[in-house]
Amino acid sequence: MKLTGAQILIECLKKEGVDLIFGFPGGAVIDIYDELMKSPIRHVLVRHEQAAVHAADAYARVTGKVGVVLVTSGPGATNTVTGIASAYGDSIPVVIMTGQVPTKLIGNDAFQEVDIVGITRPCTKHNYLVKSVKDVAQTVKEAFYLARSGRPGPVLMDLPKDVMVDRTEFKYPETIKMRTYNPTYEAHVGQIEKAGKLIVQSRRPVLYAGGGIIASNAAAELTGLATLMQIPTTATLMGLGGFPGTHPLWMGMLGMHGTYCSNMAVANSDLLIAVGARFDDRVTGRLDAFAPHAKIIHIDIDPTSISKNVRVDVPIVADCKNALGKLVTFLKGEKGINWKEKHEEWLAQVRDWDKKHPLSYKEEKGVIKPQYVVEKLYELTKGKAIITTEVGQNQMWAAQFYKFAEPRSLMTSGGLGAMGYGFPAAIGAQLAAPDRIVIDIAGDGSIQMNIQEMATAMEQRLPVKIAILNNQYLGMVRQWQELFYGKRYAATSLATAPDFVKLAEAYGAVGLRATKPEEVVPVIKKALKTPNLVIMEFVIAQEEKVYPMVPAGKATTEMLLV
Amino acid sequence: MKHTFSVLVENKPGVLSRVAGLFSGRGFNIESLCVAETLDPGLSLMTLVTRGDEQIIEQINKQLNKLINVLKVVDVSEGDFVEREMVLVKVKAEGNTRAEVLRMADIFRGKIVDVSPREYTVELTGDENKIKAVLELLRPLGIKEVARTGTIAMPRSKKTP
Ligand SMILES: Cc1cc2nc3c(=O)[nH]c(=O)nc-3n(C[C@H](O)[C@H](O)[C@H](O)COP(=O)(O)OP(=O)(O)OC[C@H]3O[C@@H](n4cnc5c(N)ncnc54)[C@H](O)[C@@H]3O)c2cc1C
Ligand SMILES: Cc1ncc(C[n+]2csc(CCOP(=O)(O)OP(=O)(O)O)c2C)c(N)n1
Ligand SMILES: [Mg+2]
Repeated sequence: MKLTGAQILIECLKKEGVDLIFGFPGGAVIDIYDELMKSPIRHVLVRHEQAAVHAADAYARVTGKVGVVLVTSGPGATNTVTGIASAYGDSIPVVIMTGQVPTKLIGNDAFQEVDIVGITRPCTKHNYLVKSVKDVAQTVKEAFYLARSGRPGPVLMDLPKDVMVDRTEFKYPETIKMRTYNPTYEAHVGQIEKAGKLIVQSRRPVLYAGGGIIASNAAAELTGLATLMQIPTTATLMGLGGFPGTHPLWMGMLGMHGTYCSNMAVANSDLLIAVGARFDDRVTGRLDAFAPHAKIIHIDIDPTSISKNVRVDVPIVADCKNALGKLVTFLKGEKGINWKEKHEEWLAQVRDWDKKHPLSYKEEKGVIKPQYVVEKLYELTKGKAIITTEVGQNQMWAAQFYKFAEPRSLMTSGGLGAMGYGFPAAIGAQLAAPDRIVIDIAGDGSIQMNIQEMATAMEQRLPVKIAILNNQYLGMVRQWQELFYGKRYAATSLATAPDFVKLAEAYGAVGLRATKPEEVVPVIKKALKTPNLVIMEFVIAQEEKVYPMVPAGKATTEMLLV
Repeated sequence: MKHTFSVLVENKPGVLSRVAGLFSGRGFNIESLCVAETLDPGLSLMTLVTRGDEQIIEQINKQLNKLINVLKVVDVSEGDFVEREMVLVKVKAEGNTRAEVLRMADIFRGKIVDVSPREYTVELTGDENKIKAVLELLRPLGIKEVARTGTIAMPRSKKTP
């Protein structure tokens, strides 16, 4: 029997195990929506297409599956671009389906026509313009395969209206092999041996874990390696949760707003073991001063990540889980090493750094400190919540003061740093994990970038909790202006703002406000008990800064401290 | 350092813009780029000449490989290789320079492919140095127009079995 392109598309999505699509309709995708409605796949109607992609991104992070988005042509497609770029920046598997004008109109400046394949070429792992109904099934298969395999990432399919209406025989390709694409998962044994020997020889090793640990579900292997060989461990923003935040070998995040301990340990290490991390400039600071005494082992599935910014001594192109497993096996075979003794002096030094400048903040009478709010969120959720963040100071305080216990519990826009990520992400996360507490730690600026999603959360009955750390500023930018631009606060005041409590109520949600420190705990407790969408507004110290901070272009040891 | 890459790609729409976009987006430079179908009509071969330090060349190689439509990347300049470029040069040829242009074309084994009372069009092939030398010698005679193909290249066969 012949099926239409739209029918084939939906059949393929079902075969790929898709159970949820985030989307927003329009003329070019009516045919697809008409079929989607008849299928068992759930559709979540967002209120802005950017939010659809962020939500799908978080859905993917929580479940480990591919997030899926459906939007119309033209403005629907262009509205997804920030979401796509964010997923690309963080290597998150998302498939985006955009409607397109009929093939015979492509190139004619037709109504709601944009070249979305051209626009998203640099911010997708790959993208397709599907020109014939005969190509639909194969393209869907490839798109999902590319999105989830190797280094994951967003893949876009542009679907012209006529292609969705045309008919052809439907045959689903059960298997897939692409001759031009072949990610390497298996670590090379010779390289593992070289790495193992460096670890045996080293006196001051540091494990530096990144988002790759989360992507490859390698948290257990990472913790295994650290614990068995007694190696102090740090992680990037994207790696948080990949190592237990209360583990004695845990040093906290590294980089621009990383801990004193982590940055000092990396700078003084003689061996840096980078696992699924990409030596981002927020992490390395001034390059020539980054880990200057260290030999570097780098495990990454993407060869382009290796030796891009920093020369490495032992590159290992592989899946983290595979490589770490082999590395532990090799090291266990090295008999007669007392790892605890071997690293005793080093670990004592690390503990010293930690004691000297732990993460901290100054309390002020009668004023709510944002760090205090995050600490209480941590305590009252026993570290078990899924935290999403917006971008800016709120994001850094969340990263510093919430001790993430397990992987896939922090969703944040790290690479792109897109304000407006956190709330739609919380929606996606809550849909993926209906029984978890999901909290968006937000700034007063960022939350207003996708506040319209309140309606989505209400419609889907999602009990997401939004915690706005309201400093009445675009705080992170203000912090730079204060420190490096003579306190000239150009365009960073947000003194004009909605009443967030009333705003919550306007959407039918619950609004709570804390203006004094003693109100923080009761507000959080009340929010956690409310089975509904809640905005908690914490009116915080306006000019609080995120510390430690490595000023741009400085070595990571040149930290500004509390 | 100058490097010459042979890049085997799928012969599909948009592949050239993916390669070009990679170079412009990452600030790599392209000195020349040649594309044509191979014996397998499903594949095209690109010859790409670029410049950069070791780290940049390594990134270019890896980033090209990472493109989904790219099958194979060879840095032919890593070993012995043959490179050729063809140019068409339209030169002023009046009075006594007419003979001079002919002599030059002859010395460099060029061909006259178009003639008019005031101009000759010369076709020349060679490696980068030869092309450069010819153009320098022809310049004083009055070059009107130059069209170059860009370099194509191939690794040399092994001389010992
Ligand atoms: C305001 C702001 C401040 C920031 N400050 C900091 C900061 O102080 N410290 C900090 O760390 N970050 C900070 N960031 C985040 C930073 O911009 C980067 O997003 C982050 O450092 C990148 O993390 P990563 O190296 O783990 O790479 P990711 O982007 O998570 O990349 C993952 C790497 O792992 C590889 N990989 C993926 N899957 C696998 C697999 N299965 N096996 C092996 N490898 C795999 C990928 O190829 C890639 O190289 C900040 C961001 C913002 C917006
Ligand atoms: C879409 C977007 N625009 C601009 C920026 C630049 N930026 C980074 S942090 C920040 C301030 C965010 O303010 P707010 O949400 O109130 O967070 P705070 O830093 O005050 O916690 C800005 C404007 C950005 N990251 N994303
Ligand atoms: Mg703010």
